[in-house]
Amino acid sequence: MSTPPLADLTATTLTITGHNGDEIEAYSARPHGDARRGGVVVIHHMPGYDRETKEIVRHFAELGHDAICPNLYSREAPDSSPDDAAAVARAQGGVPDDRFVGDVAGAAAWLRALPTSNGKVGTIGYCSGGRQSVLAGCHLDVDAVVDCYGAFVTGTVPTDFPLKVTNLVDQLPGLTAPVLGLFGAQDKFPSPEQVEELDAILTKQGTPHEFHSYEGAGHAFFAVNRPSYNVAAAIDGWERIAAFYGTHLAG
Amino acid sequence: MCTYTTVKDTIDGSAKGPDSSWFRATDITVYFDHPFHAMAEHTLNIDVTDPAKGPSARVALELTAESARKLVAAIQTALDAVPAEIQGLTA
Repeated sequence: MSTPPLADLTATTLTITGHNGDEIEAYSARPHGDARRGGVVVIHHMPGYDRETKEIVRHFAELGHDAICPNLYSREAPDSSPDDAAAVARAQGGVPDDRFVGDVAGAAAWLRALPTSNGKVGTIGYCSGGRQSVLAGCHLDVDAVVDCYGAFVTGTVPTDFPLKVTNLVDQLPGLTAPVLGLFGAQDKFPSPEQVEELDAILTKQGTPHEFHSYEGAGHAFFAVNRPSYNVAAAIDGWERIAAFYGTHLAG
Repeated sequence: MCTYTTVKDTIDGSAKGPDSSWFRATDITVYFDHPFHAMAEHTLNIDVTDPAKGPSARVALELTAESARKLVAAIQTALDAVPAEIQGLTA
């Protein structure tokens, strides 16, 4: 077996089969070499399938995983800039949960079909994608779930919200894969109380999980191009993600 | 935080958008959430669009809450300065 230098990878845009058999765009990054490894589905935040999210996809390849990020706005705004696509998706009410789950199922199947796959797949999402990562874990056969400050996993969604978002409390019994939750202690969505509620639910139903809340960090502390970026939280968070996937996607 | 809150309405006017081209503006979307470009954690975001012309037919504003209130006040002041008949409104 060849052993390429650490961090050698190939990244490319491709088409995968998503919900209802739709062809959707995705961005993948894969380490060089033929070592068997787990795959990671990266779920982009609401502002879209942007440069920084693609950096995250490459980061996972550098960590030794095959990684893919489906463009959740492929249908609304193909070939558009990420911000324009996000604006269209928002104006149309957001991404429906069932369609999202179908798209992640397609991404997971793509990962498992790779010759390098060891059969294990994890999900990770940020912000709205954090909620969606949990949502995917509730409905799909995945091996590890990472939730980075996803709002409305628990808690009450105001009734006048035009976007099609609900909390996931009634779906959480489907979540059996191990969960890593990374949160900002100063965040309001999700609030520390909502994080505690999720912690209690997962404990009660026996879902393995570890949560970390960073003092001094608010929402979006992983976002390298935003004022919310928090170096200490982001570095510790990346280390915990690497260890979590290193354990649960090994094999 | 992701507020998810989105206010939509239809409008009639024009906007100068991508490639310095004018387009007829038909829709607005207003929300307070993470900006794409502005250096603030949250901003009041306004998209002036023509969905029929595709996603790029959009003029986007990302304003701090204080700036957004100034814009609202400026618009109100400008409108209040002219008689209703000039605005096309019935008196």
